[in-house]
Amino acid sequence: MSLEIKPILVALRRHKAGTLLIALQIALTLAIVCNALFIIHQRLAIVSQPSGVDEADVFVIANRWADTAQSTTQVDAQVRADLLALRQLPAVRDATPSSGYPLQGGGWDNFVTMTPDQTKPTTDAAIYTGDTHFIDTLGLKLIAGRNFRSDDVMVMGTQQSITPPTVIVSKALADRLFPGGDALGKSFYAMGTTPSTIIGIVDTLHRQGVDQWSQAHAGQSLIWPLRADDSRGIFYIVRAKPGQLATAMREAPKALYAQSRMRLLDLKDSIQDYATIRHKVFDSDRGMVILMSVISIVLLAITAAGIVGLTSFWVGQRRKQIGVRRALGATRNDILGYFLTENFMISLAGVALGTVLALAFNLWMVTHFAMDHMSLAYIGVGVLVLLLLGQGAVLAPALRASRVSPIEATRTA
Amino acid sequence: MLAYYLELGLRSLRRNPMLTALMVMAIGFGVAASMITWSVFRAVSGNPIPDKSAQLFTPQIDSWGPQQNLPHNEPAEALDYVDATALMHAHAAKRQTVFYMVGMRVMPGGSRELPLNANGYAVTSDFFTMFEVPFRYGSGWSAQDDHARAADVVISDTLNQKLFGGADSVGRMINLGGHGYRVVGVTHHWNPKPRFYDLFSTQGFADEPDIYMVFNRAIDLHMHPDGRNTCRGSLSFTNWQSYLQSNCAWITPWVELDTPAEVASYRRFLTNYAAEQQRAGRFNWAPNVRLRDVVQWMDYEQVVPPESRISLVVSLGFFVICLVNTIGLLLAKFLRRSGEIGVRRALGATRQEIYTQYLIEAGTVGLAGGVLGLLFTAAGVSSVGILFPPQIARLAHLDLSLVGLTLLVAIIATVLAAFYPAWRAAHVQPAWQLKSN
Repeated sequence: MSLEIKPILVALRRHKAGTLLIALQIALTLAIVCNALFIIHQRLAIVSQPSGVDEADVFVIANRWADTAQSTTQVDAQVRADLLALRQLPAVRDATPSSGYPLQGGGWDNFVTMTPDQTKPTTDAAIYTGDTHFIDTLGLKLIAGRNFRSDDVMVMGTQQSITPPTVIVSKALADRLFPGGDALGKSFYAMGTTPSTIIGIVDTLHRQGVDQWSQAHAGQSLIWPLRADDSRGIFYIVRAKPGQLATAMREAPKALYAQSRMRLLDLKDSIQDYATIRHKVFDSDRGMVILMSVISIVLLAITAAGIVGLTSFWVGQRRKQIGVRRALGATRNDILGYFLTENFMISLAGVALGTVLALAFNLWMVTHFAMDHMSLAYIGVGVLVLLLLGQGAVLAPALRASRVSPIEATRTA
Repeated sequence: MLAYYLELGLRSLRRNPMLTALMVMAIGFGVAASMITWSVFRAVSGNPIPDKSAQLFTPQIDSWGPQQNLPHNEPAEALDYVDATALMHAHAAKRQTVFYMVGMRVMPGGSRELPLNANGYAVTSDFFTMFEVPFRYGSGWSAQDDHARAADVVISDTLNQKLFGGADSVGRMINLGGHGYRVVGVTHHWNPKPRFYDLFSTQGFADEPDIYMVFNRAIDLHMHPDGRNTCRGSLSFTNWQSYLQSNCAWITPWVELDTPAEVASYRRFLTNYAAEQQRAGRFNWAPNVRLRDVVQWMDYEQVVPPESRISLVVSLGFFVICLVNTIGLLLAKFLRRSGEIGVRRALGATRQEIYTQYLIEAGTVGLAGGVLGLLFTAAGVSSVGILFPPQIARLAHLDLSLVGLTLLVAIIATVLAAFYPAWRAAHVQPAWQLKSN
């Protein structure tokens, strides 16, 4: 099969419009598909972020108090009674009070500084409050230091600001604050006048938020030994015994109502397992993955169909020419090669323009949506996919062309 | 003649069924993707209070200083208590309000043995007139009630339904979180989207508030903000009073200013206030204030989720590609009939007539694509929930205007795409075609 580039170029000049349209379509498709692939990949990375939580067994109860005028002492007594009741449930392994939970969406975070008078923060940490049961309940991995002891745990009333002297931090926060890896025993300030000393480090503990701000401080979290006795409400995080999540989720509200009925547990988001929490917080990310995938697939299909349609038309138009060439001795493979090469050349022009468009589109998204720059690998993959798609699409009409008999040369058409 | 062309067009849909099907599918997909994403975009970017959006302004005062501010030296998106009360006392605008989110429970009573959730806002009296809150029964309270720290409450229609079966409950008492309140008004369903007035605590989309209570009373009762609260520096408050004196921002202010002169004068007032605070030593930086109206505020707070913009742009790009595809296919479809065109031209048809005929034929393709697109749009709009959170997904709906728009866009776009192919068809040389046939 010889590459008949010059005659192809001459022939292409005859149907400029069709050629331009196919090249343009390939270029635009490349621009959209590359960026869609990039978005899909990025969102998938977000959606599959590990939380550090034993998600199969853990659920969260958003407990709101009815009497919002209770004193801190009253709230604390109720919280301790509730926790005792929860921990005694046969299907429950452990439970902790908390101010929030990983992947909650939004939540409490404080700036972190190394000295109390430093104005520009070193970083930002998501804040969790919990007692000695926090690590076991969430199923976190303590990789250095120790857990809280009961004498570490303090009580914090509503709108009170307390900085406990001891803190457990996530590895990501420890590494951010003390890159030397010697965080244990060191201290820092988290918007308080007194320092917090790191007594333990847990492996992974996702922040409550998943927004851009949180992404920039990914995994940087700290746990304070506090029962945050807010008069509005508190979160109870509960870990069921393996395989008993459903039972525990059924029993827990009953146990709590048995303690007191002056609470709200009947709202749609009052009791959620981690599958629901994850689903909810990554709603729009998952949606983007689905939308971009559908658009990419349909787009590739439509582009392929367009190439089939136009090439078929050309083959139909050129039956006589093909017949003449066949009569003059061109083999079937020559004809097949002609159309494949023709498409390849149009596609090359298309992907060349498409690369520029893809980069421009990405740049536009970078400036408007604070998105990252796309790596060239996506363009590489896109170019390859479109070249293959073009060759695949042109194959059927090209094969039909190759079967044109030399007798066509004698027909008038 | 037009009717005849239309008939020809419809008939030709059946000729080259493959090419036609390809075009109809492409247009259908393209228009549906654009319409689905447009329906969401339209819902999230609408002006929730069009007749007043240019008269309502939210003031911002820099109480953190350049080192602690948001990027680009933007002050906090809400006020601390000190500045909020100072603005109210100065009364420099015709109408003004400050408010914050509160979380309350209606205590058990009557046939209910469990408490009921009641989220809402602690507001000042002007809130209702400024934001045009519609009332079913009663009304808001007066400025005197603000000063008297009255135990008045306005409840939503929904809560009124739950508590009083929808009856006129003005004057009735309810127990919220352990305190008694008198119902002074019941609103009609009111939940502007986006919730322009509280973009600080909500992202613009939230369930309808259940209650509105007197701001000063909420402060007296030490009712902690149930929405956002954002602070700087070291937090050392130990009680409600020290919290009120802290730099934590949690109160949203709005003022109503009718003329550009009023706006300018309010801006001057804000600057003077900040300068005064600087002189008093509370701020050690130059006055840094903002005064944004509803549209500017929604823009600054980025109410339209990036997902909505990105998906709209990508869908439009997708539609453009579908149209490029259609141009190519129409070209193939029309030129395939060069022979037929040649005969018609030879028999006296003008170029204009050929042109019209083929544009109308393209129009029928567009119509078919539009109908298919409508089906896809209907299916897509009802499953927008996979793409957006429920509060936003609920906003997207297939109404008459969307149906009309879908069909119109499909037909117009296809006819536009057909201009070049039809032009080529009209320029077929009759002699050429006749000779070779």
